[in-house]
Amino acid sequence: MARSPIFLERRGYRLRRMMDAVRFLPFLGLALWMVPLLWPGADGTAHAGADPMPLSVALRYIFGIWGLLVLAAWALWRRTGDSAGTADVTAPGAD
Amino acid sequence: MVSLNQLVFVCLLYVAGLFLVAFLAERAALRGQGGWLLRSPLVYTLSLSIYCTAWTFYGAVGYAARSGLEYLTIYLGPSLVMIGWWWILRRLVRIGRSQRVTSIADLISSRYGKSNTLAIVVTIMAVIGVTPYIALQLQSVVLSLTIFAAPDTALVGTEHEVINRGQAAFWVATGLALFTVLFGTRNLNVNERHHGVVIAVAVEAVVKLVALMAVGIFVVWGLAGGVSETLARIDASAIGEWQVQPSRWVALTMLSAAAFLCLPRMFQVMVVENDDERYLQIASWAFPLYLMLMSLFVVPIAVVGLDLMPSGSNPDLFVLSLPLVQGQNGLAMLSFLGGFSSATSMVIVATLALSTMVSNHIVMPIWLTMRQEGAAQSGDVRNVVILARRLSILLIIALGYLYYRASGGSGALAAIGTISFGGVAQFLPALLGGIFWRGATRMGALCGLGTGFAFWVFTMLLPSFGPGTALSVATLEQGLAGIGWLRPEALFGIDGLDPTVHAVVWSLSMNTIVFGVVSLFTFPDPVERLQGAQFVNVFDHSSPTRGWTASVAGSEDLMIMAQRILGAAEARTFFGSYSKAQGVTGVLPEPTPQFVQALERELAASVGAATAHAMVAQIVGGTSVSVQDLLAVADESAQMLEYSNQLEAKSRELSEIAVKLRTANEKLTQLSLQKDSFLSQISHELRTPMTSIRSFSEILRDAKGMKAADKTRYASIIHSETIRLTRLLDDLLDLSVLENGQVTLNIRSANLASVLDQSVVTALAASTRPLKVQRDPLADDVTITTDVDRLGQVFINLVANAQKYCRADNPELSIHAQCDAQTLTLDFVDNGDGIAADAQAVIFEKFFRISGVEGEGAGLGLAICHEIMTRLGGDISYLPQAEGTAFRVTLPLIAAPSSAEKPVLSVLT
Repeated sequence: MARSPIFLERRGYRLRRMMDAVRFLPFLGLALWMVPLLWPGADGTAHAGADPMPLSVALRYIFGIWGLLVLAAWALWRRTGDSAGTADVTAPGAD
Repeated sequence: MVSLNQLVFVCLLYVAGLFLVAFLAERAALRGQGGWLLRSPLVYTLSLSIYCTAWTFYGAVGYAARSGLEYLTIYLGPSLVMIGWWWILRRLVRIGRSQRVTSIADLISSRYGKSNTLAIVVTIMAVIGVTPYIALQLQSVVLSLTIFAAPDTALVGTEHEVINRGQAAFWVATGLALFTVLFGTRNLNVNERHHGVVIAVAVEAVVKLVALMAVGIFVVWGLAGGVSETLARIDASAIGEWQVQPSRWVALTMLSAAAFLCLPRMFQVMVVENDDERYLQIASWAFPLYLMLMSLFVVPIAVVGLDLMPSGSNPDLFVLSLPLVQGQNGLAMLSFLGGFSSATSMVIVATLALSTMVSNHIVMPIWLTMRQEGAAQSGDVRNVVILARRLSILLIIALGYLYYRASGGSGALAAIGTISFGGVAQFLPALLGGIFWRGATRMGALCGLGTGFAFWVFTMLLPSFGPGTALSVATLEQGLAGIGWLRPEALFGIDGLDPTVHAVVWSLSMNTIVFGVVSLFTFPDPVERLQGAQFVNVFDHSSPTRGWTASVAGSEDLMIMAQRILGAAEARTFFGSYSKAQGVTGVLPEPTPQFVQALERELAASVGAATAHAMVAQIVGGTSVSVQDLLAVADESAQMLEYSNQLEAKSRELSEIAVKLRTANEKLTQLSLQKDSFLSQISHELRTPMTSIRSFSEILRDAKGMKAADKTRYASIIHSETIRLTRLLDDLLDLSVLENGQVTLNIRSANLASVLDQSVVTALAASTRPLKVQRDPLADDVTITTDVDRLGQVFINLVANAQKYCRADNPELSIHAQCDAQTLTLDFVDNGDGIAADAQAVIFEKFFRISGVEGEGAGLGLAICHEIMTRLGGDISYLPQAEGTAFRVTLPLIAAPSSAEKPVLSVLT
């Protein structure tokens, strides 16, 4: 197997960073969707004194994240969609 | 108001429309048309929407009305899995394509060494796990029918029943079963792909999305009066605050993500029906978008429903009852169709996926073992497979119906759904372990699945029937058999957890731990290890792992079997294409491992990997692991072994060369010494006669009045000394000529005895010491064709040497001749002391004289003998093991004079 070069030209480098973003996106989404756990809830044992978060805010937040994630996934697909199937780009290796 | 009959009519019309769409799609697929639509990312994404069942359509609103935003967890998990397609789904789809898996049971069994036991376990677990889910669909359809039959009574949920729910459920179940059988099992498709079903599911996906959004838009803009008013209403409602239990939020998100991967129907549309890996990335944003749209209007509908509907009405049916109460019959009808679509598409795909598993992993293996004749028996297996699938579909729907009856059809839809999710999520450790961890073993998977499943049944499934049905009230409150830490909803004494979180956490964690620990301590068999390597490194190599030792496989038997499964025409086409590729005339190709491998995959597409493997194994006889496979597994060790072997060979070679060099060096040193000693010897040899010649010639010149007798004596001394000098110079010349290959041989035939006679007489002619020569006259009577004069010279030399150097009191020389068809061997053995071992190696070198032995020779005799024998195509050697000095002369009976090249070492002298 031929050794892949250690450094890539600018375009290849961008593509790899985009693939990194594809890999990273679900974790970002998970973290953002777990944020509501920190809010004062009605059952809230930890935030007994604070006012509970109104449902409309919660709705806006969760659906807002949802929309952003869809948008980000769509943008990443536009950038990487043609080459995501090829192994040399998706495989971690040269940077 | 819509009457029940109208409703049934519309439903039938809708179903007929779906049939038409599916039929057209199948026909187009058969003709190879319409690929742009059938295999488009849009259809792929829409088919994924069977995730949204009647649970989503009806249950989500009910869920929101009861527990606020918690319903979203069911959609957040799958969205994350889809957005993270690169991690798991990409791998699953690639494995599904390269191994041609037909179901999740097939994938798991395939990963763990094509174990049919595992396939059966997974299948049974999947059937049990999905049963509540199918019951949920039945329940939702029956509920929605009830509401149309008598809206007023159903809304307030009186005990008085307008229609018999059990009966209605039975007819709905029968209709669904019929529908699925007609839809899904008309033929056996390559790779289990059902284009007709997929396109119908896609249509239903659009219908349910449009229906739910239409109701949502009607509620937000028609009833609530706009977005901001709706939001204000939401905040003012009973569920208007963020009140989600953190543990449930996390656990349900994870559970839904796990179920999304493990549900047999999701696996079917996501992996098995996938046409192109690139669609995954498109679905990675399109499917979360779909889910988001599906859940967008759930809260507004729930809130407005809670506001407008009389208290006590079932919130699960707000989607339907809100438009109905508002007099929007058209919208209500659309909404009903949406719910109906959700339920039917789920039931169709789920039962198809499950029936494939049941028929491939349970019915077919049993059928094969029961038929002792084996797989090569004639007859069409296809009918058996299709019949098995149809029966499986009926069985699965019947189970769903029974669960519906047993659970009383009273539970909230969402609660039923979570039970199902918990069951199928038990596949997750084995699934992920199988595709990411090469150390996962079959035993580990079996134990993990069993443990997780047992925990799930005890903590989730059985309690779902209600206290006193499957588990007694006592068991629920005091634990199994009265043991306190075996309470189904507070295992090991940990109380106060939410029952769902409790069950999910315990079953999945115990499953994972047992799976991991057992895997660590068990050892996989070779096929399992190869499959493991293939699954985990699916992106590195996509070559087949197992090879068949196909020499014993009759192509004809394979053909008969393939015809029964693929159909006669398809099988002939398949075999024909391979025989053409192999360059074989006729229909039957050579049963090469590659061919049998391809055939097995082809069969696996119809009957599943384990069954196909078993059938081919019956004919072919068994799998073998090819050398390449083993190298792949033991690559590093093999390479190291090879390398060390090479090193060893090289070092052996080197040491041999070193030994040779050392020997050569010793010989050279010795020769150099010999030459030095000879030079002094020869100068002495030359000087001695020269001195006497000079002295006697001076006497002859200077002495006066010498007697004539003295004169004669002195002159004869001078003469004999000159002869001695001449002989020495002759010998040197002779040797030089022989060595340079300038000698011409005078070849003729003669009798050996006469040559020997002559030589012995000549050698002993001038001798003073007697030497007794023993000969065997019979053995000597051989005719040889060679240069007789030269051979005589050798004999003379050997006899003369014996005469000169044998120090015995009564010297004796025995000459013994032996002769076979081509070679004559002569041994000259005397009764002397022999030659010292260190001298034996150099006696044939020029100028060698044994030190300390007196004699007149210059040390050239044996060297000349050696050269002569080489020229004559024979050899002369010293026999070290004989008593006394012994020389062996071998020569061919008919000489083929060799033009032997000059000995390398002679150049040095």
